[in-house]
Amino acid sequence: MRFERRLEQPRWLLAAVPAGSIAAAFVLMAFVLLATGHNPGATFRRLLDSAFVADGALTSTLVFATPIVFTGLAAAAAFRMQLYNIGGEGQFYWGAIAAVGVALYLGDQGVDSTPVSILAMSVAGALAGAAWAAIPAVLRAFARTNEIISSLMLNYVAGLVLTYLIIDSHSYWRDTETFEGQTFPLGKTIPEEAKWPMATLDAAGGIVVPLGFGIAIALAAVMWVVYWRTRFGFELQVIGDSPRTARFAGMRLRRKILVVMCISGAIAGLGGASFEGDFAYQIDPTGLQSSYYGYTGIVVAALALYNPLSIVPVGFLLGGLQNAGFTLQGADFPAGLVGVMYGLILFCALGGEVLVRYRIRFGRDVRRGAPGVPATEVTP
Amino acid sequence: MTSQLLAAGINDSFLVVILASAVLYGTPLLFAALGELLAERSGVLNLGVEGMMLVGAVMGFWAVQRLEGTGISLAAAVAVAALAGAAMALIHAFLVITLRANQIVSGLALTIFAGTAGLSSYLGNDLDLSGAPASHAFAGLDVVGLGDVPVLGPIVFDQSALVYGSWACVVAVGLYLARTRPGLNVRAVGESPAAADAMGIDVTAYRYAHTLAGGALAGVGGACFSLQITPQWVGGLTGGAGWIAVALVIFAFWRADLCLLGAYLFGAFSALPLTLQARGWLTDIPSEVFQSLPYVMTVVVLVAVSSGAAKRRLGAPAALGIPYVREER
Repeated sequence: MRFERRLEQPRWLLAAVPAGSIAAAFVLMAFVLLATGHNPGATFRRLLDSAFVADGALTSTLVFATPIVFTGLAAAAAFRMQLYNIGGEGQFYWGAIAAVGVALYLGDQGVDSTPVSILAMSVAGALAGAAWAAIPAVLRAFARTNEIISSLMLNYVAGLVLTYLIIDSHSYWRDTETFEGQTFPLGKTIPEEAKWPMATLDAAGGIVVPLGFGIAIALAAVMWVVYWRTRFGFELQVIGDSPRTARFAGMRLRRKILVVMCISGAIAGLGGASFEGDFAYQIDPTGLQSSYYGYTGIVVAALALYNPLSIVPVGFLLGGLQNAGFTLQGADFPAGLVGVMYGLILFCALGGEVLVRYRIRFGRDVRRGAPGVPATEVTP
Repeated sequence: MTSQLLAAGINDSFLVVILASAVLYGTPLLFAALGELLAERSGVLNLGVEGMMLVGAVMGFWAVQRLEGTGISLAAAVAVAALAGAAMALIHAFLVITLRANQIVSGLALTIFAGTAGLSSYLGNDLDLSGAPASHAFAGLDVVGLGDVPVLGPIVFDQSALVYGSWACVVAVGLYLARTRPGLNVRAVGESPAAADAMGIDVTAYRYAHTLAGGALAGVGGACFSLQITPQWVGGLTGGAGWIAVALVIFAFWRADLCLLGAYLFGAFSALPLTLQARGWLTDIPSEVFQSLPYVMTVVVLVAVSSGAAKRRLGAPAALGIPYVREER
């Protein structure tokens, strides 16, 4: 087996690779299920049914898809410059903390306007996410610290902050007044006026679309324009592909690292704000930490080949998987299955990328006219 | 008599207890870091350590529960953990060595695939492992009878077979890289695969072998949690130790002996919250502050090391993270 570098990347492969990756991942998953004594056919049927077919399935799939579209965009924003922000998880938590804090504060101040609340929560969430991302950004830009490890370590710290706020202290975020809140450690619920509206699409069979999903789609479009159609986006691409070229061309690497990490963090933080405003309405440390929205965003971004426009449909598909995993969890659908599936999809996407970059030839050296390789297919 | 009482008093002192637990909690870090060191010295960056450790932990635990009652069950469990870790590493090796995929993304994929929400949790649930303590667990082995000696007794002489095994691994890896022909070849492959290839060294074979060995050591590191520290199966029980191990290799400037120091330093940070809690000290400071210490200190040490040493890329293999393509050299 030999690899030949492609001179041009065919466009159809850019769509075929994600589709093929998911298909191949399902085949591999079937082997994992067989090896552990489950019936793949029945499992997949239930998976698809509860993700996309059953009554209300699409509505709950959107609940899971919205946060991972945000974290997917966040990951893509940084990965495109080969800046590996793995801290989406922690930045998402901080977005949630800030948004809930602002919503509770506005409620205490007697502000009862939903648009004001939405705006304030979004801004607070984005700022908090950006601030948390600024730590690895500054360390990377000025001390050349590996941003993968620093951003990842900060996820654990952010998780401990969540636990502290709700379980180990009587913070502003903790419910200390209701009976339930006095019995169990619970987050305070944001006021009714601060909950984000949803649109019910009757034409599409009554799917409830949360406001956050709409924001995510708009954000994906803006990101595509910025990253694919502006000088800024072009410079990021150059820096990612060849830092030396970028430096010699006079691009400001430090400034770009800071800006891109903060953009990435802000998107993840906005995702946290949308998660609270759209669905959760309170800080739930266990729920947030066991959903892995930040890490799933990396899967979404990689599968979408870091293209913001593909992130929306890919996020929707993977959101379906996560929804099914959550709904079906039980003895014959053990927790962890969805993570295995995500991993397999990523492996297949990585393998598929090889097909985009290289042409694979079987047999021995083509130039000698090895058997099995028609001479006409030899690339010049 | 009084001297024995005195020794017991010293050995119960905070410093001795924390140092002894530093060795206990540092051992998984040490195994995993040595494994990552081997892989990175051959030029393969594997960020899947956390996932490989968790799969090692769950499979090692499964083995010890299955082999209940037999004397060699612990040794067999460690072997199973090593195999499981190596199997995970094989996926990464195939993707990055054969298919030349991006090593960073592939490593992350491995952690997602095998990690807290992936295969380890799937296996733990499917094999119904959680809830029960390990039927056998590694415990202190006072081989030379010096376990009660003041200070050094609990720290050095009353440790488990896993700890002694990790010391053997430090010596073995250090000597292997510095003093043997294959060790020299590995370093050549990591520094300049093209030159190594021209010398007739099989770059692909070396990279596969060391990535797999790294996975095996990470698997054993995971088993330290499920067979000694915890000792039971709890989802995600490594709590980021795999990532600390990746950082440790950087702190240790890619040297085995410094991995040992770093591992025990971070072992001490990991042991601190429980030790303080057991003594009821500093209870007015939220426990989360101490729990976050290993993570925060990883970042702090990384900054300290990278701002000074990174300018010269001290110790980092030159070809780390770069796929070797013979046709494109």
